[in-house]
Amino acid sequence: MLMDVLDLTRLQFAVVTIYHYFFVPLSISLAAVAAGLEIAWLRTRRERYLDLTKFVGKLLIVTFAVGVVTGLVQEFQFGMGWSAFAKFYGDVFGPTLAIEGMLAFFLEATFLALWYFGWDRLPRLLHAATIVIVSLGTVLSAFIILAANSFMQNPIAYALDPTTGRARLTSFHELLLNKVNLAAFPHTLAGAAMVGGALLLAIAVWRLAAEPAHRTLARLGAWLMVAGGAMTALTGDHLGKVITEVQPMKMAAAEALYETTKGAPFSIVTTGPPFPSFSLDIPWLLSILAKGSPGATVQGLDDLQAQYAAQYGPGSYIPMIPVAFWTFRLMIGAGMLAAAIAAYYLWRTRKNRDAPTWLTRWLPLIPVLPAAANTLGWIFTETARQPWIAFGISKVADGISPGLTSGEVLASLIGFTVVYGVLAVAWFRVIRHVSRQPLHPAETPSEDSAEPAPVY
Amino acid sequence: MITFWFWIVVLAWVLFFVLEGFDFGVGVLEPLLGRDDHERGAIVRTIGPFWDGNEVWLVAAIGVTFAAFPAWYSALLSGLYLPMAGLLLLLAVRGVTLEFRGKGPDAAWRRRCDLFLALSSGAIVLLWGALLAVFVQGLALGPDGSVRGGGLSRSLDPILTPAAALGAAAALFAALLLGATFLALRTTGPVRRRARTLARWLGTGGAAVLVLAGIAMSSRLVLAAAAISLAAGMLARNGREALAFATTALAVAGAVVAVLTAHGHVVLPSTLNDSWSLTMTAAAATPTALTLLTEFGVVILPGVLAYQAFSYVVFRRRVASERVPS
Ligand code: HDD
Ligand code: HEM
Ligand code: HEM
Repeated sequence: MLMDVLDLTRLQFAVVTIYHYFFVPLSISLAAVAAGLEIAWLRTRRERYLDLTKFVGKLLIVTFAVGVVTGLVQEFQFGMGWSAFAKFYGDVFGPTLAIEGMLAFFLEATFLALWYFGWDRLPRLLHAATIVIVSLGTVLSAFIILAANSFMQNPIAYALDPTTGRARLTSFHELLLNKVNLAAFPHTLAGAAMVGGALLLAIAVWRLAAEPAHRTLARLGAWLMVAGGAMTALTGDHLGKVITEVQPMKMAAAEALYETTKGAPFSIVTTGPPFPSFSLDIPWLLSILAKGSPGATVQGLDDLQAQYAAQYGPGSYIPMIPVAFWTFRLMIGAGMLAAAIAAYYLWRTRKNRDAPTWLTRWLPLIPVLPAAANTLGWIFTETARQPWIAFGISKVADGISPGLTSGEVLASLIGFTVVYGVLAVAWFRVIRHVSRQPLHPAETPSEDSAEPAPVY
Repeated sequence: MITFWFWIVVLAWVLFFVLEGFDFGVGVLEPLLGRDDHERGAIVRTIGPFWDGNEVWLVAAIGVTFAAFPAWYSALLSGLYLPMAGLLLLLAVRGVTLEFRGKGPDAAWRRRCDLFLALSSGAIVLLWGALLAVFVQGLALGPDGSVRGGGLSRSLDPILTPAAALGAAAALFAALLLGATFLALRTTGPVRRRARTLARWLGTGGAAVLVLAGIAMSSRLVLAAAAISLAAGMLARNGREALAFATTALAVAGAVVAVLTAHGHVVLPSTLNDSWSLTMTAAAATPTALTLLTEFGVVILPGVLAYQAFSYVVFRRRVASERVPS
């Protein structure tokens, strides 16, 4: 077999997690948009806002369902494929996941149902409060789970227990306030705003001819993308500096910078690695990105490798350079391109003008760009941490479940791929159908409302 | 503190099996008790606002097990890798069909969703029943807490035993009874009538089988189950639907507690060697983690129970299954 059980398990984790992360940013941003629209309706009483709130609510509930069932898989994953890791870090990871579940997931699930089915059951203000709670719940769960991930990037707030050899949590609030988390959390939210905005823009532009009210949604979506794009750039810049500090190897790999360099350039395209023959560079930019000053010295891969080998013992500490190099660049490229297109759309539709046909024809595809940027960002984050599962303290190979066979992982990998594929198609069809329904009158959906048809 | 958290884990599992138990049962019964699209829609509406909140109890059960007993979480999930993967896939299909059913393009879409809902709900219940039997029987744990074996059979064999089959059958029966009594309680019209009849037949028929089984195995537990089953059937027949549902729910809760506490201090027995069994203390997290959990848990969990109860109050009205001439 080409891949051993470790590689298969890594692939399995990547597939399942990336899939979860297609839906999560949509849930985060759509919940916030729905809350904003309902509040706008409460304040202005304009019918249009109510219709749009209900419409976004439908998109949200459909997306949320997929997020929930795939999130459930995540909760089990650590025990199934990575039980040695789960045992070793149970103290750090377990409480984080458990508290996320108790604090955030119950809130989201219960209040989303109250909101969606409760239009005629709850007083208006209480009703609006339920969607605000859902939105806060999604943000809260993102914060807590990112804290768990940040521990893997920059392990803090733990001590190694001399008797059991396991990591022991020393301070929960330090764990939450990991500087990687404080940088990654706003970056992730900004990325989420971009995908949510892109979905709204795509649908609204597609349906604009039939539904003039969608103009509001189209511009709202485009604004979210532009604002999100600006925020990802700002927060990404900060995140890059934090990561240079805690994992210099990762940022060196992102730039394929082999030698330690003063005033290092940032290359936009290059034909290497592994053939560094041509590259288009922006001078000093890498030094600015990494350290905030054009003359700063950026450590290169070779020096870091020598340093880590001395510190952690022999072995290769260099991640896959082409993957790190390209995912990092394409994340930035795809995201910035999306934001630029959205800005162009806003400009062309200023003061009630109509967008050119070629633009409206292609805009429905726009969500692909920010979704790709998110996925690439994660692939970069997680693969350029290799060979570590938790940086500097344990390696990926030590985390896998003992006894696991490649047959088992392969069987489940195929199962997940097939079922997730079918779910994606179903999600797309439902979103398309829901978007085709007339916005007004925004009927309380009869199939799903808890409201019985009047009895007798 | 360790025992306290063990009981919290038990509580989460009990709430999961009782609450999702009824919505699994409703899922299986949906195409059977709903004669047409309208009635099936009404049946789905009885659980529409609840199933997700119910399922979070599974997240809580697994999450709290991870937090308070990392070694238990690790052994259970890695040792039952394939059954767990299958379960997750089925749960994914089920959750999505429930949510997508009413939002698809046409009646054919809804029919397909109905079919998937019933099949996945049924398969989930059978699988859970088998897994609960494995919890009692134990796994082939080695001294390092990992499960022995090779290939696919490593994690599939444990659920292919007679005990697991028995567990699966019992779980299906319990879920159907829960689902039928819940539907009787939550609907009006033809669905309510049919659910009541079904609950009566299930209750009395189940009781007959259980009495025979109880005598054959001379087990008082099974005889008690027979009595409860009979009681639920009679109560449903007499229109005491709330009591019928509560009786069944209590019985399910009792069964789950019995399973999880079957070996006292041992949370997961080893079928290879008694001394390799996983005990509560060996599986537990450090005091720091448990204290942290307690600080959060005592604040959060009562709140969760309160707002979940609130949502059941908000959606307390029965769902009409009869057609209303408009
Ligand atoms: C629409 C999405 C999007 C866009 C436009 C960007 N990013 Fe990003 N980026 C993500 C979405 C994302 C992400 C998927 O959300 C990641 C993965 C892990 C994380 O915390 O955020 C990420 C990770 C990530 C990391 C690695 C963090 C780690 O290893 O822990 C860095 C250094 C940056 N980003 C930097 C940037 C810069 C300088 C950008 C410039 C313009 C940028 N990102 C745009
Ligand atoms: C925030 C919570 C997350 C946690 C706790 C987490 C944890 C892990 C773990 C334990 C592994 C396996 C060990 C390893 O290969 O290093 C892994 C790998 C991976 N994860 Fe994450 N992950 C998280 C989020 C994500 C997200 C959201 C994505 C993508 C959208 C992602 C993408 C990947 C990929 C691509 C790998 C494979 C890396 C490789 O093996 O080369 N992760 N992650
Ligand atoms: C790999 C680690 C992860 C685990 C264990 C995990 C676990 C879960 C679970 C169990 C759910 C379902 C909740 C419910 O039943 O209501 C869920 C949904 C959610 N997750 Fe994840 N998740 C992971 C990665 C992530 C990441 C990286 C983020 C955000 C940055 C995230 C944010 C969310 C949000 C906002 C939801 C609720 C919205 C939705 O369901 O779409 N998760 N997750």
